[in-house]
Amino acid sequence: MESPEAARLSAEDISPSSNGPKAEPMLLDDDPDDLFAEATEEVSLDSPERQPILSDGPSPVITPVTPVMISSRADVFDRSPDQDEDEEENRDTFDIQISVSDPEKVGKDVCDSLSLCLQTSLSIFSRDEVCVKRRFSDFLGLHSKLASKYMHMGYIVPPAPEKSIVGMTKVKVGKEDLSSVEFVEKRRSALERYLLRTVKHPALLKDPDVLQFLESSELPRAVSTQALSGAGILRMVNKAADAVNKMTIKMNESDAWFEEKQQQFENLDVQLRKLHASVESLVCHRKELSVNTASFAKSAAMLGNSEDHTALSRALSQLAEVEEKIDQLHQDQACADFYLISELLGDYVRLITAVKGVFDQRMKTWAKCQDAQVMLQRKREAEAKLQHANKPDKLQQAKDEIREWEGKVQQGERDFEQISKNIRREVGRFEKDRVKDFRVVIIKYLESLVHTQQQMIKYWEAFLPEAKAIA
Amino acid sequence: IFLCVSPQQEGLDDGPDFLSEEDRGLRAVNVDLQTDATLQVDISDALSERDKVKFTVHTKSTLPNFKQNEFSVVRQHEEFIWLHDSFVENEEYAGYIIPPAPPRPDFDASREKLQKLGEGEGSMTKEEFTKMKQELEAEYLAIFKKTVAMHEVFLCRVAAHPVLRKDLNFHVFLEYNQDLSVRGKNKKEKLEDFFKNVVKSADGVLVAGVKDVDDFFEHEKTFLLEYHNRVKDSSAKSDRMIRSHKSAADDINRIASTLYTLGTQDSTDLCKFFLKVSELFEKTRKIEARVAADEDLKLADLLKYYLRESQAAKDLLYRRGRALVDYENANKALDKARAKNKDVLQAETTQQVCCQKFEKISESAKQELIDFKTRRVAAFRKNLVELAELELKHAKGNLQLLQSCLGVLKGDT
Repeated sequence: MESPEAARLSAEDISPSSNGPKAEPMLLDDDPDDLFAEATEEVSLDSPERQPILSDGPSPVITPVTPVMISSRADVFDRSPDQDEDEEENRDTFDIQISVSDPEKVGKDVCDSLSLCLQTSLSIFSRDEVCVKRRFSDFLGLHSKLASKYMHMGYIVPPAPEKSIVGMTKVKVGKEDLSSVEFVEKRRSALERYLLRTVKHPALLKDPDVLQFLESSELPRAVSTQALSGAGILRMVNKAADAVNKMTIKMNESDAWFEEKQQQFENLDVQLRKLHASVESLVCHRKELSVNTASFAKSAAMLGNSEDHTALSRALSQLAEVEEKIDQLHQDQACADFYLISELLGDYVRLITAVKGVFDQRMKTWAKCQDAQVMLQRKREAEAKLQHANKPDKLQQAKDEIREWEGKVQQGERDFEQISKNIRREVGRFEKDRVKDFRVVIIKYLESLVHTQQQMIKYWEAFLPEAKAIA
Repeated sequence: IFLCVSPQQEGLDDGPDFLSEEDRGLRAVNVDLQTDATLQVDISDALSERDKVKFTVHTKSTLPNFKQNEFSVVRQHEEFIWLHDSFVENEEYAGYIIPPAPPRPDFDASREKLQKLGEGEGSMTKEEFTKMKQELEAEYLAIFKKTVAMHEVFLCRVAAHPVLRKDLNFHVFLEYNQDLSVRGKNKKEKLEDFFKNVVKSADGVLVAGVKDVDDFFEHEKTFLLEYHNRVKDSSAKSDRMIRSHKSAADDINRIASTLYTLGTQDSTDLCKFFLKVSELFEKTRKIEARVAADEDLKLADLLKYYLRESQAAKDLLYRRGRALVDYENANKALDKARAKNKDVLQAETTQQVCCQKFEKISESAKQELIDFKTRRVAAFRKNLVELAELELKHAKGNLQLLQSCLGVLKGDT
């Protein structure tokens, strides 16, 4: 269910004003809080060591830094002391906490600028605690850079959150527009999870773009061409996949592991999508239940008012109160359903698309290698022909070309080997993380269900004597 | 798809069947009765055929009017309606709250779902299909039991009423072992009914506007008008609430199925995890469905019943109001006749008849309304207590399942 609001927001996002480079220093036309002059920065500006691998952009956005530390939901992503044999990094010292908070309205987009706070003891970072402000487009920009740098090597780059929130359930209760509040929280939470996943990846953690993103208080505005949304990247990946599928050359899979894994991920994808849809439906119905329970509570209160038998009247009012409390319980449970399970599933559906993308990259690499071999063969044939043609310069050229293509073939084979190796390692890491994530989240979810039932018991136990007291 | 449903079939496995003892006791729920040895009526069996339900009405009586002490007949819904209407149309019973007619057995929604299931059979796994079919059978059974209960309550109310139980039509209904051949109302009669109701409600406003001299009735009038509307609202809202609850339970069902598939497919340690959680959700889902069903029975049905009863009480007040208007008109006519000294005797007789009718209705109406309150309070008390007890039972059941599963999952790392 796409809310018109969300659609409007995404339109704003893509509007040129938010992404395009601006000549004027720090002027954000759409930023009502022009935060320029009062920048009370507690953190020093970029240290000179940083070599940003960025395009020369417009003047940076200078924003005040308010180091707001809000405990994050990072505990869901607590690292484990697992040792993966292929890991070069020492996971034991993985200690990083990230929180994304303070969503601010910029222009019409209710959640465009956020505070990003980092707490860590890792040495790659120049400080133990950093707080910076980032815009949504910055996150997208980061992802697109990482994708373009690492995907072709077989690294599973965590996808960034979507611009438009599809399937968001809207409940308008009272004057407050809940859907807007929900949207903000959903995006904030999604960005936090995105960053945590990104830094959990040992290679990505060391990436200069990532470090700069996390630490530097100034970030050049992402150029519009690079600020692709998460959906945009996925479309790119899918296009690559389509291209691969349309290839007439069937890849000779010498390694059964890859075939098996691809099938497994295919199945997992199908089931997770199904599960996600069911959970979204559950969230929707629970919210509906909450609304209907509240409505019934009011009605029961009215009925109690008009009942002329005093004791029964009182009991009905009590019933109304119980139902009101229960409606709040349902509301809270629906939130838990959503933020714990539904979002996790959504994340994994997108992650698996990234995994599939990586397998496709491998196929592309193989195809490239094949192409190079075909080319080499052709060049050799051409050279053989030229042997008898007495054209010395052409012959020399042909020999040069052969050497060139021999090199390319070798490179292609090395690339293919490398990507295969990377993928094996990545998939191993991915699966470990998946097991952990699901375990942690499901246990948390069950605990929320336990809490709900405990509260229910409390409420009904309080009501029972009231009902019995009707004389 | 063929559904096999009979009242003896226990549709749900764990825990006591939610309609077993209670629907027998439903008699005492909505109707505060002393079960009387002289006349006991119940519905001992029912058969659901394609388009209709056949109720076996079983009577035990020591009354001399009946040929035997114990006997049974088969009746259909239309025959209940005929009986009800005959009470309503009988002037003698104007001063009583006529027990509301049972609602028509409505399996349409269930039938539609069944059809959809049949159409979608190809698109789901065998397990899913079997599961959904079982669900539908359970739902069908629940509706079936409810309609049996509603029809039974009607008969019991009549049997308990000191005057109505002696009604001849009632005895025929109970004893005559052939088809009563009461066709449903044809179009013309339905139209007549419609106009009668229109006139009644217009009149109702008129009559209701006249302030009653008698404080008791004045209070009852105000009370019933408001109460009826609020019960209507509560009934509708409770229905909606329960429907959402059922939908949520259905979602959990689907989630359990998908988790099961995930569990069987997963290559990591998660497979055991998923299977355990799937099992858990299967069980909690059943409990959630039971909660919705119990709420339906104890709350929604209660409210629906009192919606109908309060309407019947309003009808009584209306009839009394009409009688009052007739009486006042007769008085005026008498005065006029005396003034003109013409047809005085006739006017006097009319006036006396109206007076007697009005007083008779007023007297019995007062008692009926007092009884109505007593019954209502008792019924609400019973149902609210049972509702709370069932909610507690199910919440505790749920809690225990969740905690035990959590224990296993946490210890399993």
